Amino acid sequence: MNAEPQQRSFTAGADPASRARPKGAARSGRLSRPLLGIAGLLVLLALWWLGTDVLAAPGSFARRFSPASGFASLGGLLLHSDLPIHVYVSLQRIFIGLGFALAIGVPLGLAVGTFGTLEAATTPAFQFLRMISPLSWMPLAVMVFGVGDRPIYFLLAFASVWPILLSTAAGVRQLDPRWLLLARSLAATRWEMLSRVILPGVTGHILTGVRLAIGILWIVLVPCEMLGVSAGLGYFILDTRDRLAYSELMAMVLLIGVLGFALDALARALCRRWA
Amino acid sequence: MSVPVLSAEGIALSYPGAPGPVLEGFDLAIRPGEVVAILGPSGAGKSSLLRVLGGLQRPSAGAVRMGGTVLEDVHPRLAVAFQDPCLLPWLTLEANVAFGLNFKRQPPVSPTERRSRVDAAIAEVGLGHARHLPPSALSGGMAQRTALARCLARKPEVLLLDEPFGALDEVTRAEMQDLLLKVVADFGTAALLVTHDIDEALLVADRVVLIGGAPARQVASWTLDLPRPRRDEVVTLGALRIDILKALRGAVRRN
Ligand SMILES: Nc1ncnc2c1ncn2[C@@H]1O[C@H](COP(=O)(O)OP(=O)(O)OP(=O)(O)O)[C@@H](O)[C@H]1O
Ligand SMILES: [Mg+2]
Repeated sequence: MNAEPQQRSFTAGADPASRARPKGAARSGRLSRPLLGIAGLLVLLALWWLGTDVLAAPGSFARRFSPASGFASLGGLLLHSDLPIHVYVSLQRIFIGLGFALAIGVPLGLAVGTFGTLEAATTPAFQFLRMISPLSWMPLAVMVFGVGDRPIYFLLAFASVWPILLSTAAGVRQLDPRWLLLARSLAATRWEMLSRVILPGVTGHILTGVRLAIGILWIVLVPCEMLGVSAGLGYFILDTRDRLAYSELMAMVLLIGVLGFALDALARALCRRWA
Repeated sequence: MSVPVLSAEGIALSYPGAPGPVLEGFDLAIRPGEVVAILGPSGAGKSSLLRVLGGLQRPSAGAVRMGGTVLEDVHPRLAVAFQDPCLLPWLTLEANVAFGLNFKRQPPVSPTERRSRVDAAIAEVGLGHARHLPPSALSGGMAQRTALARCLARKPEVLLLDEPFGALDEVTRAEMQDLLLKVVADFGTAALLVTHDIDEALLVADRVVLIGGAPARQVASWTLDLPRPRRDEVVTLGALRIDILKALRGAVRRN
């Protein structure tokens, strides 16, 4: 009996319409985010079209780089040329390079994160090496590893090992000491400590490193492939230039962007799945 | 008197950088199947004592013995539940309970036996419905019960529990206290229970040990030679309760 009026005054205080509003706003916000993103991409496309089809003088060189011909060539290349093989070769290089970077960066990062003296001893050296553009090693890499895939693997691994190493080390430093105490109370061996607590505990950080590494790998890959190899996206771009196939060149630029976008989305999905 | 399953003699503990020792000249012996409650003011050194007794922290003096041999490190027949539930966030509740059972230095347990122990422990703490949830989806009380189940699944000889029922509501707390007593009765497990709650100590313990002072040592101890269950023994326990409360107040003041 007594609860009834209290309840009513409670609901009267909070106007149902005003309570519903933020919920609705949140929903439309969630919907409009991808829409806004698509709109941004369309603006980019429009700017491209303006530059090559509207602003450029008729018959000028820039006209050959128009989006229409770029998209048309992309379709043609994907269906009727050996471009898919080049894509495959490039992606394979990315994953082999990433594999080397993980194989070197994770153990090294675990060690650096664990031992303070090692960290103090290596940090300046790593920062120094990290800031050297990987491409500047290219001539040296070719001299040491010869022409072919091996210098590319070296350059890719060298470029992408740093984010993996540094975030693994940061992950180890941020491990919850209580987890380690728990494992110790269960008489964990060194290996169990590593495989059951430390590695799962830093996986989130490793994945963040992998995401940064993929960004770097994709940027470094194309110039790396412009040297001494006969397959891959970088090679194919130079090939289109040599054949004066400008619409195909634009198609390649597009494709590199799309693939990079997809790789980053993949890495982000991995990070999100773990978190 | 039977041989103690776990004993501490002349334990002293200092943390590097701390002004003085936390524990000094601390003696304690726990008999098989005995439940000892440790009471003491906050910061007295109860958790530190538990870590030393569990072989997780080397005392600066004295020795801890388990079944007669000096405990140099953790012991597979001794389980510690920390003050914080300490669940691993990447494992489900079930996997957290099973965590450590298949470690190399634990007594070997077949996979089927492991499964049934984990199932039984989860059922005993009443969390069967939540077994596939990650720790982030558990309430504080559920997390504490998971940590208790992790200890029970190991079927230890000695259980060291650091305020294990702190985050539980009255009813669940009573259930868990009964569960502890059942485990003690069924398996002859000895238990050392750190608690802030005098009533809890009175309900479950064979002996109540009050620690206090800086450095901490045993201030007083009471042997409770009373039958269980004791929930209805308000009158018998009332006088003792007042006694312990007075002593605890004294210990706090001395701190
Ligand atoms: N790892 C550590 N390093 C240094 N000092 C510590 C450490 N752990 C505990 N101490 C100190 O030892 C003393 C006792 O701490 P402890 O955690 O054992 O107390 P407690 O009795 O369990 O307290 P509470 O009831 O609040 O849990 C405190 O003064 C604390 O500051
Ligand atoms: Mg404590």
